[in-house]
Amino acid sequence: MVESRGSIPGAHQKHLVKFYGLSTCIWCRKTRQFLEDESVAFDFVYVDLLESDERESVKDEIRKWNPRVSFPTVVIDDAQCVIGFKADELKQVLGL
Amino acid sequence: MSAEITPERIEKVYQRLDREAKEAAYNLNPDKSFTLGLVEGLLVNEGRYGYWACPCRLADGVREKDLDIICPCDYRDPDLDEYGACFCALYVSDDVRDGKQELTPVPERRPPGGPTAQAEEPEHDEELVGFTRSGMPVWRCKVCGYLCARPQPPLKCPICKVDKDRFERFA
Ligand code: SF4
Repeated sequence: MVESRGSIPGAHQKHLVKFYGLSTCIWCRKTRQFLEDESVAFDFVYVDLLESDERESVKDEIRKWNPRVSFPTVVIDDAQCVIGFKADELKQVLGL
Repeated sequence: MSAEITPERIEKVYQRLDREAKEAAYNLNPDKSFTLGLVEGLLVNEGRYGYWACPCRLADGVREKDLDIICPCDYRDPDLDEYGACFCALYVSDDVRDGKQELTPVPERRPPGGPTAQAEEPEHDEELVGFTRSGMPVWRCKVCGYLCARPQPPLKCPICKVDKDRFERFA
């Protein structure tokens, strides 16, 4: 069973990285794998595994960055957001 | 509890989808392990919601609200047209299948919250709704555009296999 929330340690801790995904989504899986392979420290949430109240508040959180609330959404330093699996864009934003 | 999701079951569903896709001139993504992962997601959602909610989208859990994102979703064909792949890349165009076009991330086309969250579509005037000369209503599949004239829509679309509730009256 996949956990709904957690933190992954990594060598790159310069940025505060929040990963929002769905446990059934392959592009989310690829994005998470990319962050792990690059040893980026990040927090993750699988929104489909949250109970409804929590799910709504997390959706509101995502909506600020991505009005369509699509997945994966990665928010960096509460300042920037990368929507979809975009390795090059993540590398650039995270300085990898 | 729903049937267990085993590799054998995933493979069987994959084979059926592949056959049905080819019969209707669609292609599944040729990256098989990727595609199997999506089929697994569909089966997880079948167990969770009772229908094939798109694995890459957040389902509401109420079928009426999720109708447009039941696989194949209402957005598959426009995305195939514009990007060569559906949002999840379960379905791809011939060019992407043959490696002539690169697979790029497909932006979300679905309106936020889905069509039922938007202002109600104005009801068509009854005059605009089509009938054949013999008085049969005309039905349109919202996924693939298949049209038929009969008293009710078919239980399943003969082209793309979606259920009856994905049909609308054709105006
Ligand atoms: S057609 Fe593609 S994008 Fe649409 S529901 Fe199926 S897997 Fe998801």
